[in-house]
Amino acid sequence: MFFDINAKPGKSISIFLGILLFGLAVMLYGSASHSRHADNPQDKLVPTPTQMWKSFSNAIFRPVIEQEFNDDGELIPNDEPKNLREAFKVGKHWEMLRNGEWQLLEDTLASGYRVLIAMLFIFAGVLLGLYMGMFPYLDKLLYRFILFFDKIPALAVLPILFIVFGLDETAKISLIVIGVAPTIILDTYLRVKDVPKENITKGMTLKASTQEIIYKIVFPQVFPKVLDTLRLNFKAVILFLIAGEALAAEAGLGYRIFVVRRYMDMATIIPYVIWISVLAFSIDFFLRRWIKKKFIWIKK
Amino acid sequence: MGSSDYCLNINNAHQKYDEKTILNGINAKIKQGEFVTVVGPTGCGKSTTLRLILGSELPSKGKVLYNDIMITKPDRNRGVVFQKYSLFPHKTVRENIMFGPELETFNLFEPIIQPFRYKRRRKEFKVIADQYLKRVRLLEHADKYPNMLSGGQRQRAAIAQAMIMKPDVILMDEPFGALDEGTREEMQIFTLEQWKDSKQTVLFITHSLEEAIFMGTRLIVISQYYQHDAGEEGSKIVKDIDIPWDHPRSTKIKNTTQFKDLMESIRYEGLDPDHLQNIGDFDLSHIDSVRNLM
Repeated sequence: MFFDINAKPGKSISIFLGILLFGLAVMLYGSASHSRHADNPQDKLVPTPTQMWKSFSNAIFRPVIEQEFNDDGELIPNDEPKNLREAFKVGKHWEMLRNGEWQLLEDTLASGYRVLIAMLFIFAGVLLGLYMGMFPYLDKLLYRFILFFDKIPALAVLPILFIVFGLDETAKISLIVIGVAPTIILDTYLRVKDVPKENITKGMTLKASTQEIIYKIVFPQVFPKVLDTLRLNFKAVILFLIAGEALAAEAGLGYRIFVVRRYMDMATIIPYVIWISVLAFSIDFFLRRWIKKKFIWIKK
Repeated sequence: MGSSDYCLNINNAHQKYDEKTILNGINAKIKQGEFVTVVGPTGCGKSTTLRLILGSELPSKGKVLYNDIMITKPDRNRGVVFQKYSLFPHKTVRENIMFGPELETFNLFEPIIQPFRYKRRRKEFKVIADQYLKRVRLLEHADKYPNMLSGGQRQRAAIAQAMIMKPDVILMDEPFGALDEGTREEMQIFTLEQWKDSKQTVLFITHSLEEAIFMGTRLIVISQYYQHDAGEEGSKIVKDIDIPWDHPRSTKIKNTTQFKDLMESIRYEGLDPDHLQNIGDFDLSHIDSVRNLM
């Protein structure tokens, strides 16, 4: 029955099957963590959910607490609030929020900034692909070159980028662009080539200029499909982002994971990995929904 | 001035693709207001001929003239309806039909500099587009996208899209090829009505002989099968005749003996690959036809 091609699973069983493996994975992890901690309370490899949450909430927000020590190295007790709840009672919560550390936010923003700038360049690649597909001379000039360029493994170029651009943002952003842009350029190019010739001829009989043919007839037709490719390549974007950050950065989601790796801090690594995945999944999800809603004319 | 009476003049047009000759000296002069139907066996170059007139292809030898001017690329004087892909999939039916007039007056800065004029004109275009939509009986589908329409509706929209530009010539490349029999006849009558109202010149390519005889005022058969002494290859016009019935025609004429006899003779002389006519025997009896014995 399970391997029946014509099977039509009901609604509740579909939902059950959909979450089954998630549930199993969580349970398996929980029991492994529990048994290992029963053996050795100091175990770092499989942190308990409590440990992970503590580490993650510390990453979200950690208050800076002023502490003084006496000559013997003992803590001098003071009246300063120790956490947000205490600060709220004495009305100092704004001050605490302002002075505290927002590690996760800073990391996310630093990585987001890199992705955003890279995306701008990748979008320029979409335009390049569009022009390549439209103008035969540009096609002949660029197609083979980009096809070869696409085959260069971007990670192998990373040392060159660090040597040429230094350890700054430029190298990390160009890694993402070099890794993803050729695919996007070639995809746009092929989709432009796929637009029926009749459509372009038709445009000319309606007195469309070259620019109008490009931006009013061809581009709107390929745009949602290119957006879909961008969506599928977002995984590669994040891959190159983390690879770049792992080697040299001062903040960033990938940077954090590789920094705490030195202390085998699984309690930080695991929540960060989940956070990155959730971010990527949500972007993908909303983009997919938006494309489906916005471009209802696409053939199904 | 003999030649300027003709709105289209194909003068000894040849077309070659990679050393393979498709068209071998096509000669035709077409008067304004004529409804010319073109038939021929598969692969004879009917569509190539249409593309030469459209301007999306240039002849390898010979000339194609529109009002005595050489055709070099598609322009707004010659509208076109293809079998498929005439409509822009990302625009609604109304937007598709408004697109031509919009492009013709488009100015990148006008929406910013003169927003009211721009809006007013868009409204005018919408009114005109709706008139055309009414004519092609698609008003209630105006806001749908082409992929939501049936084949017949799509072709009606494509005809309106071409006609709103009021081109001198409308070229149709097997426009009803993908339609079922009933819709097809309905579209034939519809197209003839539109033609009578607009007085445009129509060049209509079809693979249905019945459709060609029923619709045209003049019928041209292009074929690669004929007797050639010098071993020539490539299609020629093997038949160029006047179709005797007056417009408007009733679909009943399709059942008359005269109609059937005409169909039979054209099928035998023009479309049968095994029957090779000698160049001298071509029936080029139409008053405007050009005999070229070379």
